[in-house]
Amino acid sequence: MYPREFDYVAPASLDEAFGALGDDSKVMSGGMSLLPLMKMRLFSPATVVDIGRIPGLDAIEDSGDHISVGALVRHADTATSDLIKANAAALATAASLTGDVQVRNRGTTCGSLAHADVAADQPAAVIALGATMFAQSASGTREIAASDFFVDAMTSALRSDEILTGIRFPKAGPGEGSAYDKLGRRGGRSDYAVAGVAAWVKKSNGSIEDARVAVTGVGTKPTLAAGVAEALIGSDGSDAAVKSAAEKAIDGITVLEDLYGSVEYKSHLAKVYVARAVKAALANAG
Amino acid sequence: MQVSMTVNGGEVSGDVEARTLLVHFIRENLHLTGTHVGCESGYCGACTVILDSKPVKSCSMLAVQAEGSSITTIEGLASNGELHPVQEGFWERHGLQCGFCTPGMIMSSVALLEENDNPSEAEIRHSIEGNLCRCTGYHNIVKAVEYAGAKVRGEEPPPPDWEEGS
Repeated sequence: MYPREFDYVAPASLDEAFGALGDDSKVMSGGMSLLPLMKMRLFSPATVVDIGRIPGLDAIEDSGDHISVGALVRHADTATSDLIKANAAALATAASLTGDVQVRNRGTTCGSLAHADVAADQPAAVIALGATMFAQSASGTREIAASDFFVDAMTSALRSDEILTGIRFPKAGPGEGSAYDKLGRRGGRSDYAVAGVAAWVKKSNGSIEDARVAVTGVGTKPTLAAGVAEALIGSDGSDAAVKSAAEKAIDGITVLEDLYGSVEYKSHLAKVYVARAVKAALANAG
Repeated sequence: MQVSMTVNGGEVSGDVEARTLLVHFIRENLHLTGTHVGCESGYCGACTVILDSKPVKSCSMLAVQAEGSSITTIEGLASNGELHPVQEGFWERHGLQCGFCTPGMIMSSVALLEENDNPSEAEIRHSIEGNLCRCTGYHNIVKAVEYAGAKVRGEEPPPPDWEEGS
């Protein structure tokens, strides 16, 4: 299966890349999401702007109290980074469960985020971590909160003249921890999420001081489960408290039936995985 | 578009369309047909090659994306008529039936053993997560990789299942 014909541009700098972007162009980093769509001819951009050769975008950087991940950092690097594992376990785990070995060697964390698949793993993690997304264009850089970045199925807040050049999230402070868990479409944790949940918690004096929980796979976009966080905050984080909070997993989310499950099944899974992810995040918070 | 890369140790180049997939460049321009086209959707892994030391799916990459890289295909494994230990393992432990997935399985396994020559069964199964086999149920494939690991480490491979307890 060949994609339809397109013009291929491999700019050597971001400025060149911005110049190549137009109304019917698409940015490609690893191509693991884009090329299969183009091969099935579900999507046929006139121009593919391959940012894969732009230097300086492939770093995971420690900037003191934050970590930044560049546009060309591959899933395999996100998954195995000691810095990310120690400070943002939800993202490292989500990256380790994205695709398979070959996909993780080519695909990029930012590429997956910009693609905004409804059942991708890493979008939930960046929402739970409170990440900031850098949408850069010729006219500057917009900072977008991860919780505002995912707009609808395969639709992010990026404009057609912008490139997601990186993301930034806070390092784990005292009492803070995060986790991601999912049921995959091929069973276990393989493949896209039927239901996936990322959780971030902050413990203080035996109770949960702050929390963010995000659910992916069950609706039209990865979504902050605000009701869960509200129920968790101020609780003692006991199994009973977590179970009770997890009941709010799909509050405000329109759960959709698909090939992988009914509304009832996916709603149930969301609650189960909220409880698992929150418990794992609490354990990671020490 | 002109594209050039190193394949199995030799410099190659060719004139391709932007949309030419790496697997088609390998099969149709270079006539290296050991790399298979299976599902075409990125799931099956029959097209797996090793690109700059990492296994990748050559059906999900453009040939132009591989410009300047170094690639090993199944044809690049045996040398001087001697099978690579992973190829030998698949032969000795009956790691294939129809053989369609085999080149991809072998490339993923070669990449695994280059990183870790003593993988656990779980690590072997994880490393071939991106390779589908519809014949064998994976059991003998795992045994083939265990055999190859022992060979790479210079150890005696474990006896085949069919001799155990016999």
